[in-house]
Amino acid sequence: MRLRGVLPRLTEPHACWSCRGPVPAAEPFCPACKAVQPPGQADHFARLGFSRTFDLDPKLVERRYFELQRKLHPDRFATKSPKERALSQAQATSLNEAYETLMDPLKRAAYLLKLSETGGEGKTVADPALLMEAMEMREALAEARTPAEVDSVVAGARRDAEATQAQLSRDFAGDNLEAAKKTTLRLTYLDKLIEDARARRLNVA
Amino acid sequence: MTLLQLHEPGETPLPHEGEQTIAVGIDLGTTNSVVALATHSKPEVLRDADGNGLIPSVVAYGEHGPVVGTAAQARIVDAPETVVSSVKRLMGRGTADVKALAGTLPYTLDAAEGGMVRLLVGDRRLTPVEISAEILRAVKAQAEQHLGREVTKAVVTVPAYFDDAARLATKDAARLAGLEALRLVNEPTAAALAYGLDKAAEGVYAVYDLGGGTFDISILRLEKGVFQVLATGGDAALGGDDFDHAVAEHWLADRKAELGSEPITASEAKQTLKSARAAKEALTAREAGDFPVMLRGKTTLHRLTRGELDRLIRPWVEKTIAICRQVVSDARLDLAEIQGVVLVGGSTRVPQVRRAVENFFGKAPLSDIDPDEVVALGAALQAEALTVGSDTLLLDVLPLSLGIETMGGLVEKIVDRNTPIPVAKAQEFTTYQDGQAAMLIHVVQGERETVADCRSLARFVLAGIPPMTAGAARIRVTFQVDADGLLTVSASEKTTGVEQRVEVKPSYGLSEDEMARMLEESLEHGREDMERRLLIESRVEGQRVLLALKAALEADASMLDADEADRIEKARQGLAQAIEGDDRDRIKAAVEALEEVARPFAERRMDRAIRAGLAGHSIDEFKGDPGGCLAPDPEDQKS
Repeated sequence: MRLRGVLPRLTEPHACWSCRGPVPAAEPFCPACKAVQPPGQADHFARLGFSRTFDLDPKLVERRYFELQRKLHPDRFATKSPKERALSQAQATSLNEAYETLMDPLKRAAYLLKLSETGGEGKTVADPALLMEAMEMREALAEARTPAEVDSVVAGARRDAEATQAQLSRDFAGDNLEAAKKTTLRLTYLDKLIEDARARRLNVA
Repeated sequence: MTLLQLHEPGETPLPHEGEQTIAVGIDLGTTNSVVALATHSKPEVLRDADGNGLIPSVVAYGEHGPVVGTAAQARIVDAPETVVSSVKRLMGRGTADVKALAGTLPYTLDAAEGGMVRLLVGDRRLTPVEISAEILRAVKAQAEQHLGREVTKAVVTVPAYFDDAARLATKDAARLAGLEALRLVNEPTAAALAYGLDKAAEGVYAVYDLGGGTFDISILRLEKGVFQVLATGGDAALGGDDFDHAVAEHWLADRKAELGSEPITASEAKQTLKSARAAKEALTAREAGDFPVMLRGKTTLHRLTRGELDRLIRPWVEKTIAICRQVVSDARLDLAEIQGVVLVGGSTRVPQVRRAVENFFGKAPLSDIDPDEVVALGAALQAEALTVGSDTLLLDVLPLSLGIETMGGLVEKIVDRNTPIPVAKAQEFTTYQDGQAAMLIHVVQGERETVADCRSLARFVLAGIPPMTAGAARIRVTFQVDADGLLTVSASEKTTGVEQRVEVKPSYGLSEDEMARMLEESLEHGREDMERRLLIESRVEGQRVLLALKAALEADASMLDADEADRIEKARQGLAQAIEGDDRDRIKAAVEALEEVARPFAERRMDRAIRAGLAGHSIDEFKGDPGGCLAPDPEDQKS
């Protein structure tokens, strides 16, 4: 992916609120006095120690998330000062947001697009072929009457979703953001379809 | 940043000077309460002298003050009007939520200002918070008697499906009872913790928790000491009490002819419910029995078979299974992926409940830890983890979506249910009239689309919006939910730089004034306690500053000249001495003095680090990790 922006200020340290010594950016703890720091401005990828890429191993995302929550979760600060408890809450909040965003391929793709937006043109022009396809999928679900029929729609949508994720991976790897936008939209439809099918499955069962 | 630094003076935990802090785990149940303590990851229920671990959550308000537990239960016969049970069902609730028996409530209620229910008991007018506090005082006393020392900290459990108002009410009750609630833990999560650690379980588990008044179903993933809740659901007003009601209604129907149209009394309602409960419990082991009902001074015996009981309670059992189905779907799982299901809560002793759970999950449920005690055991483990430390980690979720009212009585969701907590989410709204100067913000909780179907948590007005054309204002509403599942809402108008921030607490909670009055009334926690707390807080802060300075000196003492080192050392000793004393103002002054003297040292350390940063880095170092502040997220609400 193309990187945007000027040379980073990201290595500039800030002063620890407790011992007032220097703390490198994005460090959750002060290296000298070990006090927990505010979460700062790191993006969701940096927060969990990844570079900006669509291809993330969910197991690894989860492992980093658990490792960091083990140190930063408010449960670790229950008997600390109000200030430290508040900072831990802010840190854990940021971690949760990063985790939720990176674990879900759709949210991850949308976030990558947002980070790489060059101008304000966030809207994608409706793609007639895609709309038609989405309508057909909806119809198939609406017509499914038995659990087996719903299951078959779900299985089809899941296969499509996997293929769409593979496509997204290629789009991002090739830095083809316009294509990635379209593919992301397709994944949005598919996810919604799978979600609705799940709800329907409960009703027909 | 200020948004997230939510703290009030008086909230610092009290370190017990001279001895290690202990914190107990309390399951404050609808029917029974249990207290436990964990030592070295081994939790144990703290029992009374007779070996009873269950304290009935029943309070009797007699002439000589309130009595709790078995003694209170005994008064149902001769002084039923003084006895209150199942008060948990009223926590954080309005009058409309209370369930009647044959049109008669087993309490006399007084709907009052603020929406919180008041119970009229004798000549007293009590909130559910005060009654719960009474139960917690008895629980605390039992723990203290068992341990032979004071107990001031606890982890208190709440049903996972408790909304914000009920959680806050529980926390208030603990405070009123002289207990600092270190954390509110969801009951099924606590049970999972007890099971997980005991059985070294790994994988995905469902916890089916049917208590006296509440039902929860949580699905958790257990992996290497992490207990991650994937989804939770339930009904905060569904439990064994409903089974009792069904049986009691059935009996009352038997005697309808003689009762005529005159309603039964609250006392009769209480006694009939008590008998119904005894019948339900008896039928877990027997197939049939005859049970007494006393009405209008006449006792009749009523036959009840297990088949009849099953028929009477089936609607509620089926309701729990429907909720299970929804939660499995919310967790995005197939039933086959669930490795085991754990039974929690006394009502899971009912054979029909077990059968239904087994049928739905397709596997025999686990209940080898006593379902009445498992929640308290888990709470005790968490209490130890919070005070002593632990390798386990509980990651819980928000049980019910949070949103605000928009035009036409619709709900705009801001935080979805099953989002991991703590969480902060913000959304922007705008004005719909030219020159609109104020906006009413109505905070609701629930899954339905219309405000009328959700629980109203709070209303507040954001005033002082500068005059603008309709749609020009940018009002940013931020929801922050902490690790207890408690919500804080703030709102600000941004376009003009005029920032007005309003923080709200739910209207079903007690106001600070009410809380202060109640604290004052309870003798053991008056002013003195507040003073002591503030003193200890200032000591904690002083210690923090000393430790921070020590660390800074260890890192960079070479940057000090002898003169400066001497001045810092003097100030340091001044603070150390102040901490030994009892003067809060002196400690505060000593902290400020030390920080002032050490400031040039801190500034030099920063300067050096920044210079080193600029000089010592090559461009290559930035290639690997393009994160950081390359493009700060404009919507990032953490700034």
